[in-house]
Amino acid sequence: MRVFNITDKTSEQTFVCRENEYVLYAMQRTGIACIPIGCKGGGCGVCRINIIAGKVDFGPMSKAHVSDEQRKNGYALACRVKPRSHLVIECAPNLKARNK
Amino acid sequence: MKKGVMRPGHVQIRVLDMEAALKHYVDLLGLIETDSDESGRVYLKAWSEVDKFSVVLREADEPGCDFMAFKVVDEDSLIQLEKDIVEFGLTVTHLAEGDLKDCGRRIQFTSASGHCFELYTDKKYTGKWGLNEVNPEAWPRGLKGMRAVRFDHCLFYGDALAETHDLFVNVLGFYLSEQVVDPEGNRIAQFLSLSTKAHDIAFIKHEEKGKFHHASFFLESWEDILRAADLISMTDTPIDIGPTRHGLTHGKTIYFFDPSGNRTEVFAGGDYNYPDHKPVTWKTEELGKAIFYHDRVLNEKFLTVVT
Ligand code: FES
Ligand SMILES: [Fe+2]
Repeated sequence: MRVFNITDKTSEQTFVCRENEYVLYAMQRTGIACIPIGCKGGGCGVCRINIIAGKVDFGPMSKAHVSDEQRKNGYALACRVKPRSHLVIECAPNLKARNK
Repeated sequence: MKKGVMRPGHVQIRVLDMEAALKHYVDLLGLIETDSDESGRVYLKAWSEVDKFSVVLREADEPGCDFMAFKVVDEDSLIQLEKDIVEFGLTVTHLAEGDLKDCGRRIQFTSASGHCFELYTDKKYTGKWGLNEVNPEAWPRGLKGMRAVRFDHCLFYGDALAETHDLFVNVLGFYLSEQVVDPEGNRIAQFLSLSTKAHDIAFIKHEEKGKFHHASFFLESWEDILRAADLISMTDTPIDIGPTRHGLTHGKTIYFFDPSGNRTEVFAGGDYNYPDHKPVTWKTEELGKAIFYHDRVLNEKFLTVVT
């Protein structure tokens, strides 16, 4: 099984993600807390990230939080991406998903 | 039920992937698949319900709730309700009989909170699933997962709670059963009922309109809630919180997520009301206890994670 390093640029923390594992699930499993955790199903948008470097596979995620255009520009929901290489990411909360 | 609106009838939920959704709603929650239509929607019901469906799943790009519907006692009431809704200032849309399979005509309108609601009078009566109508046994065999008993209520997040309260109480004939009030006296949560149940629908104040917090299904006992929690772990299903108890309604509960991020609740017990009961009030200073009675603090997710 291949594993990849996921580095959060802001907090400079790195965790290991298995090739078949969603990034957010790996973060939670390894006890790191750099990305907020919500529904873990691509629906709520709280785990929205920007992928600064690296390749990923996408699972289904809400277009309300990541439009096709934004996805092309590297935005994603961390609970719906699996790494295909080492990744550098940063949190990119959607304003809509952040209100109380 | 003062205006003829009788009870929750169905909810249409958007999912990102139908196959994954059916694993959640059928295999885990224990609903029964009763039909599907040309547009790909799948119809489900819980075993104790007498009509053909109570949950409709629709595959879409964004999860959330399309609408929640209430069943009305008869056509005359439906006609009067439509007049009252229009007079209240809302636009009413008509959906023909058969638009949802085996369901009569429906009227649709959007509350000030940004949620779409429906009223209808007819749906095919199929009886309780797996039981004889005469001399029925206690429960049917062959139920899956959590063996959900019935679709019970939804909680929606949105603004304009006061206008929405007026719609539900003055036009649709609900009563306010429970509320959370801030120090200035503004209602930030309202639980509304048509029956002796603690709620048939609830709203919590939120900046963005039209958000879906959860659909809730009734289980019989605390033991069933613990068993639901076991199944959530066995299936690695994302959990929100629980098993615990709510302060509001005092129901015993667990929250978890479907594979598209829509929250599901199963709960047991809870308070009852008769028409001489006053609304139960919680203050925002005790909001943590009002929502999660044991932890007495809100988890961040309760306020921010919606679809
Ligand atoms: S946690 Fe909800 S979209 Fe990722
Ligand atoms: Fe609930």
